[in-house]
Amino acid sequence: MTTDDEGRPGGTPASGGPDRAPRTPAAPAPGTPAPSAPPPDAVTCRGLRYAFGETRAVDGVDLAVRPGEVFGLLGPNGAGKTTAIRCITTLLPVPEGMVRVFGHDASRERMAVRRLLGYVPQQLSADAGLTGRENVALFARVFDVARRERAARVGQALEAVGLADAAGRLAKTYSGGMIRRLELAQALVSAPRLLMLDEPTIGLDPIARTSVWEHINAVRAATGMTVLVTTHYMDEADQYCDRVALMHHGRIRALGTPDELRAALSARRRAARNPAPPTTAPSPGAPATSPAPSSSAPSRPPETAPTLEDVFRDVAGSGLDEQSGDFRDVRSTRRTANRVG
Amino acid sequence: MSEAPAAPQTESAEPATATDRLDLLLVPPRARPGWQVLPARVVAMCVVELQKLRHDRTELYTRAVQPALWLLIFGETFTHIKAIPTGGIPYIDFLAPGIIAQSAMFIAIFYGIMIIWERDAGILTKLLVTPTPRSALIAGKSFAAGVKALIQAVVVIVIAALLGVAMTWNPLRLLAVAVAVVLGSAFFSCLSMTIAGIVLTRDRLMGIGQAITMPLFFASNALYPVAVMPGWLQAVSKVNPLSYQVDALRGLLLGTHAHLALDFTVLTLAAAAGIAAAASLLGRLAR
Repeated sequence: MTTDDEGRPGGTPASGGPDRAPRTPAAPAPGTPAPSAPPPDAVTCRGLRYAFGETRAVDGVDLAVRPGEVFGLLGPNGAGKTTAIRCITTLLPVPEGMVRVFGHDASRERMAVRRLLGYVPQQLSADAGLTGRENVALFARVFDVARRERAARVGQALEAVGLADAAGRLAKTYSGGMIRRLELAQALVSAPRLLMLDEPTIGLDPIARTSVWEHINAVRAATGMTVLVTTHYMDEADQYCDRVALMHHGRIRALGTPDELRAALSARRRAARNPAPPTTAPSPGAPATSPAPSSSAPSRPPETAPTLEDVFRDVAGSGLDEQSGDFRDVRSTRRTANRVG
Repeated sequence: MSEAPAAPQTESAEPATATDRLDLLLVPPRARPGWQVLPARVVAMCVVELQKLRHDRTELYTRAVQPALWLLIFGETFTHIKAIPTGGIPYIDFLAPGIIAQSAMFIAIFYGIMIIWERDAGILTKLLVTPTPRSALIAGKSFAAGVKALIQAVVVIVIAALLGVAMTWNPLRLLAVAVAVVLGSAFFSCLSMTIAGIVLTRDRLMGIGQAITMPLFFASNALYPVAVMPGWLQAVSKVNPLSYQVDALRGLLLGTHAHLALDFTVLTLAAAAGIAAAASLLGRLAR
């Protein structure tokens, strides 16, 4: 089981103890979020496990997403990101462990959790046979938006993603980036407190990727909502996420701000270079625990600034490209990319 | 097309202007009282179905071909042969309600393919993350299939009328016809979605759909009265909801003797059971 400290190799003060005080022991009767406690985390996972048959897709995940932050769940195909997301969105049951969304238990209070969520799955999920406006209006309807306010709300959601002019066209005429933004509007129309995006920029060209992220950021700035995003583009996570968790083989291997993770890797590399003979990568068995003590003195700038990808290679061990995702994963990813065009 | 050049412009719309008016997006909508959720979701799904039909009517036309052929060729021929005892009415009149029910069933029985397609496309996934109980989602989908079938039924009724079938124009009876068509389609679409929940792929569902539509059709009173069937087929016909639907349609449209109370009870119960079965298997499609 992954413990809390294993999740944070940097051990830096920013991601450390006090503001992540464990609230679970204090939680009263199941099903009633404690109103007196400090504002609950947007997402809390404890010991989350999920297996498809023999495959342990999620193998003991602990994480806490703070309200208002952009949290990135990173990892290669098949790391278990999507399964974790589907547990949080109530699409999958929570067979083992605990998942809470703003204090609501994802396995017991499904409707309450769903009302707080805006979800954009990995596939292009807009209905091609409907116009942009009709696509958004459907989600206004199923989230019980009153009829008198529906048109205005749908209009605002479309405007927030820059699709007001194209709203009357069928979604099948949209470009990949426009469809992604349309899906964003579908998720925004219910004023969610937590926006969950599964690979929002997969298969998009760089311009469209930037555009999607700019709209996510603009909406977050305006509404203060929490964003939980999965991606395997490390550069995007570095640029747009407040904190990231690196996931591999169903476990979280590192967690912190991109800066912390990179600084921790630099420190680890220095420590490895100076005192001891080169043991560059820690053994895959216990990856994230060993480097923690050395991170207390990140004063000197590193020789070559490591990227998040370097951090990932470091904590995940070798042979990454051979393990990442089976045939089905790759096919579905390619298919999505193909549809985005 | 003037729309094509407009695409790049909207693509590059600045996000800076996007956040000007977002006040409504800060307030979560109030949840409806529990009893309103089911009808609200049914309406939402039916609206989507109608919007799609409005944008693309091809299916409406192509699906009119088969019932037209049944009425025109099979109906006219057997009217002349007079081989089937129909209780004094022309055979084509006898056949018309059967063909209405059959064309509605054909639409509904392949509705599960759409569910699987929506699952693969992520549309279903997203709907499952809305505050919609699974039974309400399935009920919505099945009644949406009913609405689609209803529009098809209107087309068949018009074709039948053009072929000289003497049907009622009593609006109350026509309303009851609509209810019977929607209930029957709700059941058959739920049957299809139930199978979809079991087999999970379009190919298998397509095969099963092909395999069961004709037996359902032939083991009903759509083409011939139950009385002329061999005993075992009568027994099958008795448990086939299509027979009750055809009986209701025949009684309502032609004024023949029918067991309307029984018919509507069976259709309602079948639809409810279908919704329950499909909803319980929807989880398999979600994962």
